[in-house]
Amino acid sequence: MDFSWSREEEEFRQEIRDYLKAELPQGWNDTLVLDKESDEYIQLAKGFTQKVGTQGWLAAHWPQEYGGLGWSFWQYFIMNEEMVTSDAPLIGMNGPKFLGPTIIHYGTEEQKKRHLSGIAKGETLWVQGYSEPNSGSDLASLQTRAVEDGDEWVINGQKIWSSYGHYSDWCFMLARTDPDAPKHRGISYFLVDMKTPGITVKPLINMAGTKGFNELFFENVRVPKDALLGEKNRGWYMATTTLSYERTAIEAPARAQRILNDLVRYAKLTKKNGKPLAEDPVVRQRLAQLAIEVDVAWCLSYRVATTQSRNQIPGPESPANKVFTSEMIQRLAQTGMQMLGLYGQLEFSTKWAPLKGKIERLYLTSVSGTIAGGTSEIQRNIIAERGLGLPR
Amino acid sequence: MDLSLTEEQQLLQDSARDFLRQECPTTHVRAMEEDGTGYSPELWQKITELGWTGLMFPEQYGGSGYTFVELCVLMEEFGRALLPSPFHSTVLTFGLPVLFGGSEAQKSRYLPAIAEGKQLGTLALTEPSASFEPSGISVRAVARNGGFVIDGTKLFVANAHTADTLLVGVRTSDAGGPEDGISLLLVPGNAPGLEKTPLQTIAADRQFEAEFRHVEVGAEALVGQLNQGWALIKQTIDYATVAKCSEMVGMAQVAFDMAVDYAKNRVQFGRPIGSFQTIKHKCADMVIDVDGSRFITYRAAWCLANAQEVTKEIAMAKAWTSDACRRVCAAAHQIHGGIGFTKEYDLQLYFRRAKQGEVLYGDADIHREVVAQAIGL
Repeated sequence: MDFSWSREEEEFRQEIRDYLKAELPQGWNDTLVLDKESDEYIQLAKGFTQKVGTQGWLAAHWPQEYGGLGWSFWQYFIMNEEMVTSDAPLIGMNGPKFLGPTIIHYGTEEQKKRHLSGIAKGETLWVQGYSEPNSGSDLASLQTRAVEDGDEWVINGQKIWSSYGHYSDWCFMLARTDPDAPKHRGISYFLVDMKTPGITVKPLINMAGTKGFNELFFENVRVPKDALLGEKNRGWYMATTTLSYERTAIEAPARAQRILNDLVRYAKLTKKNGKPLAEDPVVRQRLAQLAIEVDVAWCLSYRVATTQSRNQIPGPESPANKVFTSEMIQRLAQTGMQMLGLYGQLEFSTKWAPLKGKIERLYLTSVSGTIAGGTSEIQRNIIAERGLGLPR
Repeated sequence: MDLSLTEEQQLLQDSARDFLRQECPTTHVRAMEEDGTGYSPELWQKITELGWTGLMFPEQYGGSGYTFVELCVLMEEFGRALLPSPFHSTVLTFGLPVLFGGSEAQKSRYLPAIAEGKQLGTLALTEPSASFEPSGISVRAVARNGGFVIDGTKLFVANAHTADTLLVGVRTSDAGGPEDGISLLLVPGNAPGLEKTPLQTIAADRQFEAEFRHVEVGAEALVGQLNQGWALIKQTIDYATVAKCSEMVGMAQVAFDMAVDYAKNRVQFGRPIGSFQTIKHKCADMVIDVDGSRFITYRAAWCLANAQEVTKEIAMAKAWTSDACRRVCAAAHQIHGGIGFTKEYDLQLYFRRAKQGEVLYGDADIHREVVAQAIGL
């Protein structure tokens, strides 16, 4: 057991920090806080992501033959931690983090050659086409159809909650290829060019007034045979592998820590009824409890990472972390709003809004954290059934 | 960064678990609750023969020179088994302060004896004020004839009835702040003027009121510097707190396992209750409580063993684990329904001890305040 970083790892971390200090705009996430769904942010994020991609860092953990840098698992972990800690504007991380490894695992040489380099360099943005209006938690009931027609697949149906769909170049998606098979066994995994005729992207405006999510409509979309990834009708099992990468949530503590630091600073600088908030015993207890939860989340994420660093697949501790950290971030938002009082209602980036309105924005956007990537309820089922062996 | 047990730690865990499964079933725990002594001297003898009491002492004092992390691996197993023993009081709250602050003569006298099972000790720290703060120490020791005379009442003294020696926190001066003027004195368990009265406690452990009436000790009874004893007491509490957390991790793990097992086997409405989502989700929530406790506690133990800054880490471990262990035991009761709270069923043994662990060395509220200070509030 070892809770420390080696000297090489510390030096590596410092390298990343220096890079970020040099590359991020002045006052980033402090005096300069951008709306993450604004065009301004997206443009900046695209540029920044490609810059990091040019360094090879996005895919540094991949096998070297596919563009990896031969980094250790922990190096990649540390880089991600630092990116999240500084709120670096990375976009499309679903590519290098889980689509890339999925293609490496299941793809043909041709598919690897075609897709991996763009993912690794941050040049190709991918949108996920999993959920459908009638298939949320029950994802395996999805109805979007893909039918073989000569040398092509013809796709018809609708996807929803597809993040950044309006900026994406490609879509990795699930479609039903055998309607007669049991529901988990008739689904296939496709890689689809978003420029293919018949695809329509319609932004969904969320309650924060921004358009992170989208609906995707597929109308007689004809894609080549090799759009199929892996074996036909095995898509469900490939997708759940992908989801398990998404659910590890190993960087969530860094994000939570950043928010907590903002709240602690605010408590010290803000007076209420003539006394600093930081002296209010209730505020002290609440912030201390959150600080403890963030550290518990650190420990649990290091534990999952320990498993991953040995090329083992984490068990129920991975969805457990997802549940805990997403709910913890909502508690952070709620505590922040309580501390801000009347100021908490002031919208993002408006006059008088404390912390540039970050907490108001977080309060609205963190609602999706316990829903996206599998609701907390579904995660708890997974923990109980797959992890603890409770009967279905 | 590597949060897995080393081969050596794994070996220790396995052998402790096997040994205690044999030697300390819950029938033994129950028998000891009713027993006059509260633990089995024969089992204690076996434990000392395994070298566990000297695990963390240097080899020159008859120990095996392991670190505090290994000791915590062992404490977790003791927690699992609910082992009734004077281990915590003797090793954590008596042996460690002697090791950390004792003179060469004191170390040579007490540590090998503890390692060999020939010496039991305890710390007499808290008083009717029930405080773990320096201001809580008001029992006086007045200098006389080159030694000290102690007067006052200590409360919640663990295993005072069989302790060969008590390490007593006393006030020897009123100069300076509450942290100044505190000293630690060794007092024989059979010293004239020392009267021990048992307390009836929720966990059926053995705690005592210890009344000192003109108890005289010599100059050689002083451990550490005169009037400078608080730092040593604080250091002792730090280690003992984390060790207690490890015990609670073990208790929470068993209560959790019992709940999951029960949920799989108890049939209502024609199906195992574990097939209902309300029960599944309760069990899922317990995963974070148990694992969170284990790793936040290991972190504190590791920091202590590696001489890192540790105030915040200890407070976080005790705050989280105190709440989590209680929550897990309570949720386990809810899943068990009526049978769980009967005396006959084992779960109540854990529920009662979870509360004892929670309040010892300060509960979550107290430790959250320490965390608040540590994060700059």
